[in-house]
Amino acid sequence: MRRNSLTLIVSGALATTLGLTACGQAGQGGSEGDEAAGGDGGATTVTMWTHSAGNPAELEVYERIISEFNASQDQYEVVQEAFPQGAYNDAVVAAAAAGDLPCLIDMDGPIVPNWAWAGYLQPLDLPTEITDALLPSAVGEYQGEIYSAGYWDAALSVFARQSVLEANDIRIPTVQDPWTIEEFTSALETLKAAGYETPLDIGAEDTGEWWPYAYSPFLQSAGGDLIDRDSMLTADGALNSEGSVAAMTWFQEAFENGLTSANGTIGNQEFNDDAVALSYTGVWNAMDSLEAVGEDLLILPPPDFGNGPAIGGGSWQWGISADCPAADGARAYLEFSFADEYITEFADNQVVIPATATAAEASQLFGPDGDLRPFVELSENFAIVRPETPAYPVISSSFEKAAKDIMNGADVNDALDGAVTEIDANISSNDGYGF
Amino acid sequence: MATPAVVLLVLFLIVPVVLAFVLSFTNARLVSPNPPRFVGLDNFIRAFTQDPVFTRSALNTAIFAAVVVPVQAGFALFLAILVNQKIRGVVAFRVIFFIPVVTSIVVVSILWKFMYQDDGLINNAIDTLTFGAWSGTAWLQNPSTALGAIIVLSIWQAVGFHMLIWLSGLQTIPEELYEAARMDGAGTWQQFVNVTWPGLRSTMVFILVTITIAALGLFVQIDVMTQGGPVNSTTSLVYHAVRKGYREQETGYGAALSLIFFVAVLLIALLQRYLTRDKD
Repeated sequence: MRRNSLTLIVSGALATTLGLTACGQAGQGGSEGDEAAGGDGGATTVTMWTHSAGNPAELEVYERIISEFNASQDQYEVVQEAFPQGAYNDAVVAAAAAGDLPCLIDMDGPIVPNWAWAGYLQPLDLPTEITDALLPSAVGEYQGEIYSAGYWDAALSVFARQSVLEANDIRIPTVQDPWTIEEFTSALETLKAAGYETPLDIGAEDTGEWWPYAYSPFLQSAGGDLIDRDSMLTADGALNSEGSVAAMTWFQEAFENGLTSANGTIGNQEFNDDAVALSYTGVWNAMDSLEAVGEDLLILPPPDFGNGPAIGGGSWQWGISADCPAADGARAYLEFSFADEYITEFADNQVVIPATATAAEASQLFGPDGDLRPFVELSENFAIVRPETPAYPVISSSFEKAAKDIMNGADVNDALDGAVTEIDANISSNDGYGF
Repeated sequence: MATPAVVLLVLFLIVPVVLAFVLSFTNARLVSPNPPRFVGLDNFIRAFTQDPVFTRSALNTAIFAAVVVPVQAGFALFLAILVNQKIRGVVAFRVIFFIPVVTSIVVVSILWKFMYQDDGLINNAIDTLTFGAWSGTAWLQNPSTALGAIIVLSIWQAVGFHMLIWLSGLQTIPEELYEAARMDGAGTWQQFVNVTWPGLRSTMVFILVTITIAALGLFVQIDVMTQGGPVNSTTSLVYHAVRKGYREQETGYGAALSLIFFVAVLLIALLQRYLTRDKD
């Protein structure tokens, strides 16, 4: 009797839930139909989500592309909806679980393989002239298939003041001849002796994806990596390899010896105020620093741990959802949007590195005489995309945790071995993520 | 008449609990093309034998609760007695002690994160007060001080709420009892032990249970301030469950961790019920 009533309650609740979901979907479907009908007679609606609410410079360009695309033909009508970045991934995952994804979604580069594997995305299938012209780090692949493409990339560099380096007799590095890690360390020691309390702002006060984005290139530069990229099945021998240990040991000692610190505020204010001499930071902070420092600003390659400098590649990119009813329209829109004109506008409006060489030529900031030209060279020469595997979310979270422990004095080998165990357990419990 | 309440309770309480129970025996993923599969007790075995962070989280949560429950309850009672005096301006003090409670814990955590920095307010204060003889550490970056720092902030934030509850309890004790006690020659301490404390019994039980449950659910402070670090010294059960179940997308394992947490809280609450039961 009691058992029966429990079953009744649970099934009743489930029925209610399903009922509500059905209502929600029916409602949505209806309103989409209305919109399409309300448009100029019979145009198919192509829904689109962006993460750029709160970034007016970026949104402005999207709005321009959309209105020009909608005006250029009458078969499709793109309707965009913008989300704040913090809530965006959750919104996509929830929509996918409910079978309610829009046609066009933008996503951060490293998440692409995960969503492709999960069946959220369909192969991009854009003409190869478009994707071949893009920076390799602006194209998202999973198992040899292209799933996403972006208009830009971001890049990291070391900001410095020329006057400060010259006053302290520190060699100014170039892309061809970057600082070795020993040179970099002794430069930091010199600067510390010259009165900078912690001469390098390495950005450690930030959390989340910043950690693997900023610090896993150290591993690659030292000959290590986050995961064995040949098999994609284990982190053993990569994340705990000699190179990775060497890079993370340097990382730990930099904190121990007061060359850098985890205090301070997110962003680049310390450098702009000359409270630190060097800053390991990205293209997005360049305009403020340019304003504060002017001609004296140097945008330098990060140090070389032995295998050449490395920086993280892969920024926000566009893909088409698997169940998109208007995939042709989505493709037509993307083809239309990858015009150099728009890529240049994104770059200059939003201060990001244009993804095609021709767009870079036309850019004010990133053109041959542009103030931010060094970023284009850094991106072309040193960008390494984060491992293109669906296991990336767990790799990212495990690496962040291990690196923070190392910063706080944990044994480097133990911390990296712990992360390897976590990553490998996750990969095997997912049956290898399709590799 | 109770139908709306029942529907909401079932929808947002019973269904999730039942789902968590079912999911914890599977390898369900947040994002995966593969259907979940029944894995028996694997998740629970993994938690107790192969997940050192889980063990550490349980220990940290236990330490946190063991310190916060008595200290916060005691401190709140002390404040309540202070603000129960019939003196001018006492309402102002009540308001001041209560302000942190109505401030969002996220805001509080961010502010205290700045205060705990190497060159933050707290270290500057220590430096000034001891004339530079003793200088603090970067409280949240030091494995031996981080949990303590979070305990202090948590008590500071929540103590006002329990002060108010103690205060309401204090005000139900009739003044005549104190008068009678004074006529019998009882001093302040004797009045407290023989009149005040017995009169606060049901308030005490309520406070004990609510603080315990709130303390065991430690999450926001960790998420905002330390993300479980340094070196796992502040990771808590709820934080670990969220990290595993949501950020690392292992829904099944996260559900198992939540179920363990649920059972632990239930047992502790029942134990408290038993220990504080009316003995007549």
